[in-house]
Amino acid sequence: MLLDHRDWNIIEIIQSGIPLISKPYASIGAKIGLSESEVIQRITQLQDNGIIKRFGIVVRHRKLGYQANAMVVWNVPDDLVSSVGKQLKEFEFVTLCYRRPRKLPDWRYNLFCMIHGQDRENVKEKIALIIEQCQFQHLEHEILFSRRCFKQCGAQYVQRKAIALDVANG
Amino acid sequence: MNVQTLHTVSLNETQQRLLNDFQRHFPLSSNPYAEIAEQLGISEQEVLQHLKELSKQKVISRIGAVFRPHSIGRSTLATIHVPAIRLAEVANYISSLPEVNHNYEREHYFNLWFVITATDEEHLEDILNEIEEETGLSVISLPMLEDYHIDLGFKLCF
Repeated sequence: MLLDHRDWNIIEIIQSGIPLISKPYASIGAKIGLSESEVIQRITQLQDNGIIKRFGIVVRHRKLGYQANAMVVWNVPDDLVSSVGKQLKEFEFVTLCYRRPRKLPDWRYNLFCMIHGQDRENVKEKIALIIEQCQFQHLEHEILFSRRCFKQCGAQYVQRKAIALDVANG
Repeated sequence: MNVQTLHTVSLNETQQRLLNDFQRHFPLSSNPYAEIAEQLGISEQEVLQHLKELSKQKVISRIGAVFRPHSIGRSTLATIHVPAIRLAEVANYISSLPEVNHNYEREHYFNLWFVITATDEEHLEDILNEIEEETGLSVISLPMLEDYHIDLGFKLCF
């Protein structure tokens, strides 16, 4: 999909959030010289083309008591990684699931998922459940709990020259 | 009204439904908040009030879009092994870069993990090089190769 400057203007705005007023899309349109229906149509198009992964309320899980967040990394034989990835994504507590490259010798894990839980024990139980249900006992894995959050911003200013989009964890 | 106390913020039933049901399928119509109000059986004003309140409490980060990695620009998840004594200094430097939007300390030999988003491959390489030069530490870049997950939002268990 080719994006024109109007799409970029919309991306810039919906990146940081739509306003909390009765007619938010009309108000966005007024700012960038588009009608309300054009704004809605373009957002729909960005969604249909998969550029927008999700459009809606973005919550901060930490504020709601999901204090423990773990990145679980797996070392999966290359020919199995897709099927293992698809099994992992079926668990509703798995919030992201990506294949990434190995960087040997320092880094040998090629499948990453995020798991959120109320506390560490809860997260560990969820991982044990995955291993048992999918019979992943033979797959080497590590759990990387987060210790400190130095930066987590949703609202980034988007410019075409220096895009700082809040993509779903790179 | 059923009020449940969570660790940090307590939500009433309406707020719970609001948060669970509209992380996706958010109405793309003239009056989206009125549409939500109708589904929840409350007024548009009440919906707006709840959303403002939840934003103020920082339960809601925003109402907007989450973009698919690599659909616009280039991004990567990067990690550095930072000696403990330098962690705060290096982490603060990384956080100060506008291209970084997540930056976490994690329990591992590779203890600093961050996401970089850039306009294109070249811009991304520039930032990675800049970080290595500035910190004198080597950066491992692990860009996404395949996305298995369909983002349905964050399911809240009440």
